[in-house]
Amino acid sequence: MERVSGLLSWTLSRVLWLSGLFERGAARQPRIMEEKALEVYDLIRTIRDPEKPNTLEELEVVTESSVEVQEINEDYLVIIRFTPTVPHCSLATLIGLCLRVKLQRCLPFKHKLEIYISEGTHSTEEDINKQINDKERVAAAMENPNLREIVEQCVLEPD
Amino acid sequence: MRLQARGKEGEATFKLDVIHSGKDFWGEGVGKYWKQKCDSWICKSVLSEGHQRTVRKVAWSPCGNYLASASFDATTCIWKKNQDDFECVTTLEGHENEVKSVAWAPSGNLLATCSRDKSVWVWEVDEEDEYECVSVLNSHTQDVKHVVWHPSQELLASASYDDTVKLYREEEDDWVCCATLEGHESTVWSLAFDPSGQRLASCSDDRTVRIWRQYPPDNEQGVACSGSDPSWKCICTLSGFHSRTIYDVAWCQLTGALATACGDDAIRVFEEDPSSDPQQPTFSLTAHLPQAHSQDVNCVAWNPKEQGLLASCSDDGEVAFWKYQRPEGI
Repeated sequence: MERVSGLLSWTLSRVLWLSGLFERGAARQPRIMEEKALEVYDLIRTIRDPEKPNTLEELEVVTESSVEVQEINEDYLVIIRFTPTVPHCSLATLIGLCLRVKLQRCLPFKHKLEIYISEGTHSTEEDINKQINDKERVAAAMENPNLREIVEQCVLEPD
Repeated sequence: MRLQARGKEGEATFKLDVIHSGKDFWGEGVGKYWKQKCDSWICKSVLSEGHQRTVRKVAWSPCGNYLASASFDATTCIWKKNQDDFECVTTLEGHENEVKSVAWAPSGNLLATCSRDKSVWVWEVDEEDEYECVSVLNSHTQDVKHVVWHPSQELLASASYDDTVKLYREEEDDWVCCATLEGHESTVWSLAFDPSGQRLASCSDDRTVRIWRQYPPDNEQGVACSGSDPSWKCICTLSGFHSRTIYDVAWCQLTGALATACGDDAIRVFEEDPSSDPQQPTFSLTAHLPQAHSQDVNCVAWNPKEQGLLASCSDDGEVAFWKYQRPEGI
């Protein structure tokens, strides 16, 4: 009971915060889209961990509740919060990269994407969150052939 | 604001630059040169040999004869224009990783570059087209996203992932950081000086645009300065208008209108209220174009010769041209 109400108040505060960012007259209440969230989850759960021979789902790096999809003014905002297995900086940013690439390529509906480390799971989470949400840094990282290769292996569709 | 033309670039286009004559522009990702022919644009040249990786930014020299291209391959190429052909005359090396931006000073003798290696480099070019690095500035603590020169003074500004804007000037034989502008709560992506050079606009991942004003020593308003350097104060913050990261801001040198490129796919134009206090100006949103592109708008640029003409480019691979008209009664 406690957990549900915590989630609800977090969602409400997020909705209010987002509404405040729109200019007068254009504010709409974002609608939470559960079906779309499952569609997203289906794509990310099979991503392989960069180090271990398991998927992100198996390692509980992502779970169904990791994904939130909001519909704002006919556009979709996808928010993912993941829990890295170890508090290692480079691995966390690598997982962030894999999530972004997979969705960019495979998600059929137009969307904006925000990826975060679940609060309290990493000492430098602000730094990591900033990096993985900076599209220029992401683009530059993907031009690195070694990094690219690892990402490609992780997002490869299971047979 | 209405659409004039749209061109397909084929790849995500990060930046474009409009030549001083207003008739040609450069869009890149790969590096394509377009010329206006009647109402449509024809791609005249593709420069695919200069760089090994993404071309992030291009800039025309003030005389219009040269083009500088900044690349993720850590180099900056200088191209000489010969009608519709370009020849690479030199490659500037030195940055440790991706070069994010390049800008020519209005005199045409100085060039600035900045990089993810946190530094800003100032280069001098002589009459023989020889380039020399005259300063490496390590003031920022993170990735530097953008550099821009003051329209008439040899004053340089840089925007960074470290959430600050820094200003630099020459002192004796070197360049020094003479001001740091703090206030943004996230990465500052771009900068633009107003036509007079007294004010600077900055845009950020924090979804705001900030306007900063220069106060020289002994100014009337009593703003304190240290030594002989002017102080900079934030005199206006535009917040609540943009719903995602603002990637670019452009200040029209002809009309003073401010345009923004946003990650919510929209373009917006702001104009200063003429009756507002110059020390505390207010800006009104005079145009809002949602879905100007189908993805993030990365860059906007005003035509320097023709009023109201705005170019934009986007992750959707398109470059678009717009005609903006100031609404009545402003």
